[in-house]
Amino acid sequence: MTENLIDSIRENVIQGRVTRDDEGLEEGMVGEPAVIELIEEALAKKLNVKQIISEGLTSGMNMVGQKYEAGEYFIPDMLASAEAVGAAMEMLEPHLAQSGIKPKGKILIATVKGDLHDIGKNIVSILLRGAGYTVKDLGNDIDYQTIVDAVKEEKPEIIALSALLTSTMAHMEGTIKALTDNGLRDKVKVIIGGAPVSEEFAQRIGADGYGADGFQAIAIVESLNSA
Amino acid sequence: MARQGILVEPYQRINDEQIAQVHRLSMEILADPGIICFNRDATEVFANAGAEVITVKGERLPYWILKIPEKLIMEAIEAAPKVVKLGARNKDNSLILDGYEPRVRFASGSETNNWLEVDIEAFISKNEPGREVNFPIFRMQKGNTDRLATAAHLCEHLDSWDGFLRPVNIQDDAINDDNKDVNKYFVSLNNTTKHVMAGLTQLNQLDNVIRMAQLIAGGEDEFRDNPIISFITSLIKSPLQLVDDTTQKAIEIAKRGVPLVISSAPQGGSTAPIVEAGIVAQINAEILTGISLAQLVNKGTPVLYGSVPGRANMHDLNDSYGVPEFSQYNIDCVQMARHYGLPCYSSGGISDASVPGIQASVERLFSHILITLAGPQYLHYAFGLMERTATFCPVQAVLDDAHIGMIKGLARQPVFTASTIPEVLEQTRRVMNSSTKLFTRFVRSALRSGEIAPPYQFESGDMADETLFRAKERLDEILSLSPNHIEKEIVEKVFQQIPGLLTKLRNS
Repeated sequence: MTENLIDSIRENVIQGRVTRDDEGLEEGMVGEPAVIELIEEALAKKLNVKQIISEGLTSGMNMVGQKYEAGEYFIPDMLASAEAVGAAMEMLEPHLAQSGIKPKGKILIATVKGDLHDIGKNIVSILLRGAGYTVKDLGNDIDYQTIVDAVKEEKPEIIALSALLTSTMAHMEGTIKALTDNGLRDKVKVIIGGAPVSEEFAQRIGADGYGADGFQAIAIVESLNSA
Repeated sequence: MARQGILVEPYQRINDEQIAQVHRLSMEILADPGIICFNRDATEVFANAGAEVITVKGERLPYWILKIPEKLIMEAIEAAPKVVKLGARNKDNSLILDGYEPRVRFASGSETNNWLEVDIEAFISKNEPGREVNFPIFRMQKGNTDRLATAAHLCEHLDSWDGFLRPVNIQDDAINDDNKDVNKYFVSLNNTTKHVMAGLTQLNQLDNVIRMAQLIAGGEDEFRDNPIISFITSLIKSPLQLVDDTTQKAIEIAKRGVPLVISSAPQGGSTAPIVEAGIVAQINAEILTGISLAQLVNKGTPVLYGSVPGRANMHDLNDSYGVPEFSQYNIDCVQMARHYGLPCYSSGGISDASVPGIQASVERLFSHILITLAGPQYLHYAFGLMERTATFCPVQAVLDDAHIGMIKGLARQPVFTASTIPEVLEQTRRVMNSSTKLFTRFVRSALRSGEIAPPYQFESGDMADETLFRAKERLDEILSLSPNHIEKEIVEKVFQQIPGLLTKLRNS
């Protein structure tokens, strides 16, 4: 029974289904329980949370990664699966401590001051959640003080900043300076991404990392997190 | 099941009134000055059908002027089939060409003497000796049976290449006028299961070619049901002349009822008026003359309206395919053919450029896109032709296949089904209730159903144009696949019964 339920969770991660209203890649899945309903059932049946995460969510996401690498899956599939894992992790979060599971880490994410573009930020956010991180999305057009306040309150390991415009990328440097001025720079890693920025720009403004896309963002977070 | 090509909502360059004007003008041309005919049999056929014939004592031989009445032309159009089947070794590769349906299939074309190889070589920068870059090197070769086989093999594996019109002239030492026809058809048929079309070099080889096709198709009846080959006849020499040799071939092919392209290729500015209405009316008159001849010889014989109008390059009077007029003339001809309900063999996707590159892509894309959108049933010239019609380049054919794949996406009809509107509304509501505001989830099924066009197949990395390198890799990948040859027993029968085949082709 346990195995069937966890198998179903894994399968629905692979299918990228969050709720029973979602289509999968195979026909006839609409109306069938998806990740949210299955996690509810698993929690009600008091299944082992560690097992749900490792054999259901992580294992499913690994399969998705393999399918993406093989060219069988596209970015929308990856995002759908990551969204399903993110939704599941949100439901499991209150149960992690009593199950002896240490959270992977907390990340704040924001599009900087003056910039309303958030597609890239949202994609990174979904993928990070899918990778098991707790992500607090501050939104877009976020000024320095809001970020400083959020870092003080949330105490994240990493803050991820996004910008699309050449005119707003300078606020990444401003944000880092604000963190320094408030004595927070050594308490949080800063990573950046977005169309106009580069590795070289990241180094120049004193960021800790740069990701050219969502997958690189995860790789940098994983490397900073394990450092 | 036949190959479906792409059904388009046809772009109409000329309106109904202009179509009527072109028709009227064509009929006036056929009445006066009429058509000069150098073929005695054709003259008799037209005379018996009511055309006025004026005999002219030529300097060397007599010739005739045919003044063809509209009634004769209209009856011939009425008699010509509106749906023509071009069969194939693999019946799933058949083409059903309906003159009233703007469904486009793509074919190669011409008969080039040259074959352009592309090799990728590494070079060291003079300014930065540590810097190595790849660059394409082009090598011109002579067309031969091996290269024709390679082209047919490539056709077999490129998705958008619907019909194999032999693109390469076979110039092996052992090939002569008497054995060229059987060898070019055999090599083509032995390397692709798609429809094979070519011109006839020697009239005395017609029955050998047809007999060979019957053996490969499985018999006379099978060939009639599934004509795996057809012929192109350029019986018209523009302006307005029926040449002796090709006209005789057209007559004999029509008698045998094998599908036949009646092709004409006037050049605006030299062998036809440069004015659009003028060249289109002339080519229309020329093609309708050929179609009428075929129908008078054998009522109901399957014919294609073969329009290849070009424009002269004003520097050297060569053909110029990269100019906008080439597309304009061709679109008008597609409309004229559809007006008569005759399946159209049109021309597009060719360039003046000698090698693949920016010029070649720009030039060929104009006509590839525009003429496809006009909706001809059979678009020839569409693969690999360079340097006007002088050279075939297999790498360019691979690029053309990618272009056509994208054009098929471009030409797709809008979808507004009963379920579309409520589905979109539901998606929008769900997305607007989400934190990420992304529609990506709803793309997934469309990605797999073919509703979404793929990106350019040969995308390059940053700061480099690697298109040719990728296309060359794709070509090499295809050519490493095993050819889809005719079954051995049938090959043996063909070699026993058909004279003139090169021995080396028996086991290749």
